[in-house]
Amino acid sequence: MLKVEEQTPVEFSSELLAKFDDVKSRYPEGKQKSALLPLLHLVQAEFLWVPTSAMDKVAEYLNIQPIEVYEVATFYTMYFLKPQGKYALEVCRTGPCCLVGAEKILSHLENKLGVKEGEVTADGLFSFRGVECLAACGYGPVLQISPEYTFYENLTEASVDKLIEDLKNKS
Amino acid sequence: MSRKLLLEHINVPGINTLEVYRQKGGYRAVEKALKTLTPEEIVEEVKKSGLRGRGGAGFPTGMKWSFLAKPEGVARYLVCNADESEPGTFKDRYLMTYIPHALIEGMIVSSFALGAKVSYIYVRGEMMPQIRILEKAIAEAKAAGWLGKNILGTGYDLELYVQPGGGAYICGEETALLESLEGKRGNPRIKPPFPAIAGLYGCPTVVNNVESIAAVVPIINDGGDEYAKIGIGRSTGTKLISASGNLVKPGVYEIELGLPVEEFIYSDEYCGGIANGKRLKATVAGGSSVPVLPANLTLKLANGEPRLMSYESLSEGGFATGTMLGSGGFIAFDEDQCIVRNTWNFSRFYHHESCGQCSPCREGTGWMEKVLHKIEHGHGTMEDVDLLWDIQRKIEGNTICPLGDAAAWPVASAIRHFRDEFEWHIKEPVKSQSQNYGIANYATPIEKAPVTEEK
Repeated sequence: MLKVEEQTPVEFSSELLAKFDDVKSRYPEGKQKSALLPLLHLVQAEFLWVPTSAMDKVAEYLNIQPIEVYEVATFYTMYFLKPQGKYALEVCRTGPCCLVGAEKILSHLENKLGVKEGEVTADGLFSFRGVECLAACGYGPVLQISPEYTFYENLTEASVDKLIEDLKNKS
Repeated sequence: MSRKLLLEHINVPGINTLEVYRQKGGYRAVEKALKTLTPEEIVEEVKKSGLRGRGGAGFPTGMKWSFLAKPEGVARYLVCNADESEPGTFKDRYLMTYIPHALIEGMIVSSFALGAKVSYIYVRGEMMPQIRILEKAIAEAKAAGWLGKNILGTGYDLELYVQPGGGAYICGEETALLESLEGKRGNPRIKPPFPAIAGLYGCPTVVNNVESIAAVVPIINDGGDEYAKIGIGRSTGTKLISASGNLVKPGVYEIELGLPVEEFIYSDEYCGGIANGKRLKATVAGGSSVPVLPANLTLKLANGEPRLMSYESLSEGGFATGTMLGSGGFIAFDEDQCIVRNTWNFSRFYHHESCGQCSPCREGTGWMEKVLHKIEHGHGTMEDVDLLWDIQRKIEGNTICPLGDAAAWPVASAIRHFRDEFEWHIKEPVKSQSQNYGIANYATPIEKAPVTEEK
């Protein structure tokens, strides 16, 4: 990551900047760096990932060094540092979900989509990965789909198939 | 039916809206606190209630509040810890989804008690739907005059904001949470100074779990003494338990502390027994970090008395035969589950979530994951079990924050109580790939249960 070839130039729309301003106003004077995590979420919702060029622009907006943005974007797991599918499926793979079949769901997704964890399908629609506990252990197995983070519970192979068909038809 | 304080109205249609929440007596605690009580009196009520932090540590909330420094002219902050990520725990998600105003009402009362003019609810980033729910509820409350300038004409001002996290378990540790809220990596701080002296932006700060803050509402409505009458001994009040794993009815339950564990697992009012007619093999009673116990020690203490859902009873016997209430994440394993595989899974989790500051945790969690992976996949040796024991001993107590301990305890307890299962994996490398060790004698009376001697 952070390679030159992945430097996709981005423009922040005035709507996005208005959202930035709203977030920044929540913190005391001089503590605008607190807005960093929410801002990166807004960037990801807009571009579906967080390009380095966008991180640089966020740094400029918050008047902090670019490295302060990079270290945060790479520390937290939610920020995608390379492009994902339009629907990025994240399946919980931690203990309680595995007790009720999360591992089966992950291997089913791999077969169904024909890509490995972290890869994007040829049509650009889907990518998937296993993530750690999503705090929905009683309703497992669960998955969420970014950027809206809609949540699907009590998954079975059949319900995953249906979900993927529905998403395909929607787009 | 046991008494419900937090979830009493959870099934009322529209309880997530301000209007219905008000009809059911919501925001009475704000009126009572702001109009009739001083901040000191509120802290006193919370102290009297005996409420203990619901996030896992169980530290008395009123005591934590009373430590807050109050220097002249320096802002004070209340930060709600809604970074719920402990495997097995999902009660805060439930509360915020279905009854968001309970948290907001608690935040207003608590902020007033602590003298905070700006408060934050730090919600884990994955809970975007809950963040949207909370923001909508805050807007409703603000429009109705419960937040903002001069609340209820009392001259008290409060702004309440929701802050999303970025996906890091470590940010549930209060100082890591504060770092994250300041827009940095979630590296826990060295204590002291404690947040009560120097927290958010270096100002005095209290960080409380969602459930602790919501519990302040019934404490103010009914009084601390009334709250303390519920429960058993020093475990006062009600507790939300997140039940998951191989249960007939997993979900979130509000219990009066002191409920027998057996009743919680098997009665129809709660979990309804083990799913698919199987037998109970083991439980993790308070979220993945606490020691795993075999079925016999879950249901009964070492002396044969019934074990209760309370801070004291669950930790009875120390780590030799007990566990902890923790955050109330109750995970049940049926007879077909593999303890080695689950321990490996948890180790992978802690390795993934270690922030990397302290070598024992950063290196040790990865090492444990690899050794457990080796044993689980049929390549282990007998020395590996002793090696695992040695690694966990060297992590525990040697790190800045409790994540190291949290990673060590599940491994230690799995070896302590299930050593024969580890050894079976090593002696039967082929069979263990297609079969499970089964329930063995984990459900038989305690005198026969395998308990490994502490080294």
